[in-house]
Amino acid sequence: MDFSTLIQILDSTLRMATPLLLACLAGLFSERSGIFDIGLEAKMLISAFFSAAVAYETGSVWLGLLAGIGSSLVFAAIHGVASITFRGNQLISGVALNFLAAGMTVLIAQNWFQQGGRTPSLMGGARFEPLTLPFADSLAAVPIFGPLYAELLSGHSILVYVALLAVPASWWVLFRTRFGLRLRAVGENPAAVDTAGVSVVALRYSAVAIAGLLCGIAGAYMSTGLGAGFVKDMTAGRGYIALAALIFAKWRPWYALSACLLFGLLQALALRTDVVARIFPFEMPVQLLDSLPYILTVVILAGFVGKAIPPRAGGTPYVKER
Amino acid sequence: MDVMPKWADVVLVPLISLLLAFAISALVILGIGKDPVEAVKLMVTGAFGSTYGWGYTLFYATNFIFTGLAFAVASHASLFNIGSEGQATLGGLGVALVCLALPWPHWALALPAAMIGGALFGAAWAFLPAWLQAKRGSHIVITTIMFNFIGAAVLNYMLVNVLRPEGSQDPASANFPPGTNLPTLHEILGVFGIPFSKAAPVNVSFLIALLACVLVWLLIWRTRFGFELRAFGKSESAAVYAGISPARIIIVAMLISGGLSGLMAINNVMGEAERLVLNSVEGAGFIGIAVALMGRNHPVGVALAALLFGFLYQGGAELALWMSIPRELIVVIQGLVILFTGALDNMVRMPIEKLFLAMRRSAKAGE
Repeated sequence: MDFSTLIQILDSTLRMATPLLLACLAGLFSERSGIFDIGLEAKMLISAFFSAAVAYETGSVWLGLLAGIGSSLVFAAIHGVASITFRGNQLISGVALNFLAAGMTVLIAQNWFQQGGRTPSLMGGARFEPLTLPFADSLAAVPIFGPLYAELLSGHSILVYVALLAVPASWWVLFRTRFGLRLRAVGENPAAVDTAGVSVVALRYSAVAIAGLLCGIAGAYMSTGLGAGFVKDMTAGRGYIALAALIFAKWRPWYALSACLLFGLLQALALRTDVVARIFPFEMPVQLLDSLPYILTVVILAGFVGKAIPPRAGGTPYVKER
Repeated sequence: MDVMPKWADVVLVPLISLLLAFAISALVILGIGKDPVEAVKLMVTGAFGSTYGWGYTLFYATNFIFTGLAFAVASHASLFNIGSEGQATLGGLGVALVCLALPWPHWALALPAAMIGGALFGAAWAFLPAWLQAKRGSHIVITTIMFNFIGAAVLNYMLVNVLRPEGSQDPASANFPPGTNLPTLHEILGVFGIPFSKAAPVNVSFLIALLACVLVWLLIWRTRFGFELRAFGKSESAAVYAGISPARIIIVAMLISGGLSGLMAINNVMGEAERLVLNSVEGAGFIGIAVALMGRNHPVGVALAALLFGFLYQGGAELALWMSIPRELIVVIQGLVILFTGALDNMVRMPIEKLFLAMRRSAKAGE
């Protein structure tokens, strides 16, 4: 494999990893506060649709992004009401939202655009254009470093950089602020947080809202950055891969980055079967490549390679004593 | 202390939740500019207005009974088996391998063998998550989700590389030999001289699904294992104190659950398609969750809820055909039903409990 192919694969890895990373961080906030979220997929999907639809109608990708985030927040609010206020089963709520998003997006898309459950293709200002980082052109000629900078790092849409910056930001919020300390505490021992006079409900709602925001960005990136418009079921299980990455990362932001890059690499390789055929001496079935994230996650969960310990209060609604 | 009488818990709360879900579904139909009343009429006549409609409704219901029972059995042990989809996928593979292995002379021989094949493959697919939960404490929800995806990849690989007949581009197995074709309800009822639509896919598997309901009821409420299962589900520590082995319960419960999911394949793979295709489960594994939730994990409830979802599926197909409402409307209704009967259960339950408390208090005051 030559250098330029490698750059291409890594470039594609970065793009594939971006929605995973955003959704993974979303799950991180939610689960750290003790709310399981298997509805990451739903929030990404609904946001992917609304950002594409609004971007198409208005011609402004930024308005699209806002609409996407808004719709994702609505779904997050439903999840919050069900699992925090009414203390329902968080898994069931997630399953329900996944169905709701899968159905609603197609239903509305068909109603608005009559194109079989998709939005028209987005063009011009309705998409996120690639950004050229400073000096990318002048540095491109430098050997090794030049292509790495100009082709791998530069030339992505702004949301890719937002996702990358979200990693240190999440780390800082969770581990260096008072809010983060409380958020982590509420996922481990909500009774203690309550005793200290901090509202468990408010903390969990804010965690769920942050998850909604991040999933909203992830979905908008899918339809206006990575793709050019919404198509039915376009998230294709990425919410679940993000969940897998979250376990792989043991609920830590920096590990989440590496896990998502790894899973992104697998997705990028699955798109380039010619490269895969050259790397592996035996015939690598593409299905194995597709399911590798899931297999790796099961191995991690089995605890044979390091142990993944989830937040202790995850999945249990908090009942305040009377 | 039970605040509510049992009928309120079993009938009233799910009914109100269901009505709420349907009310919002009606708003959705209004929102896309169609008439909900007309839609409901069309759904009811489409699903129950003819033996053809009934035939499809019962066919879908058969799938949902199997996956609903699967979820219910695991639920009684407090296990959330979200992996029915994968287990039913693998069950399809098991059924297909059995059907294609021999030139079966008669369906009466092929069916028991296919049932064993489907149940074994389904159970096998549930075994590893169960074992990991029992021995390594890996969260069964996540492992079964992962196994759904791995199962889809396994099926894809098998269809593309192993089962696909030579010269075919389609990722599907060869057609099963005629000796494996199951009798449809048209043929069964024909023996008694009762006319029934010939085109509908409902077949003898429906009767097996009903039998499975009875067997599951016996298992859970009339056997020693069932008692241990429920005891473990209510309180793990109490069960351990009573000498019940958690690992055994978890693994056996999941094997039964996976086996029931796998059995679904005799209906959709062997009974209808008569060959194995990609994505033959079509989400029935997830609908099993809704069915079990609505049915309060009781086989009678599961059968009724399965019928309801069979109606939604068949009625929804008619909507797509005649009112040009996309089939995805069913997915929305499904999501709303799960949301209201499952996740928002307390929203309905709390006010009703308050109502009953108030009634009891005023009754006491009146004495």
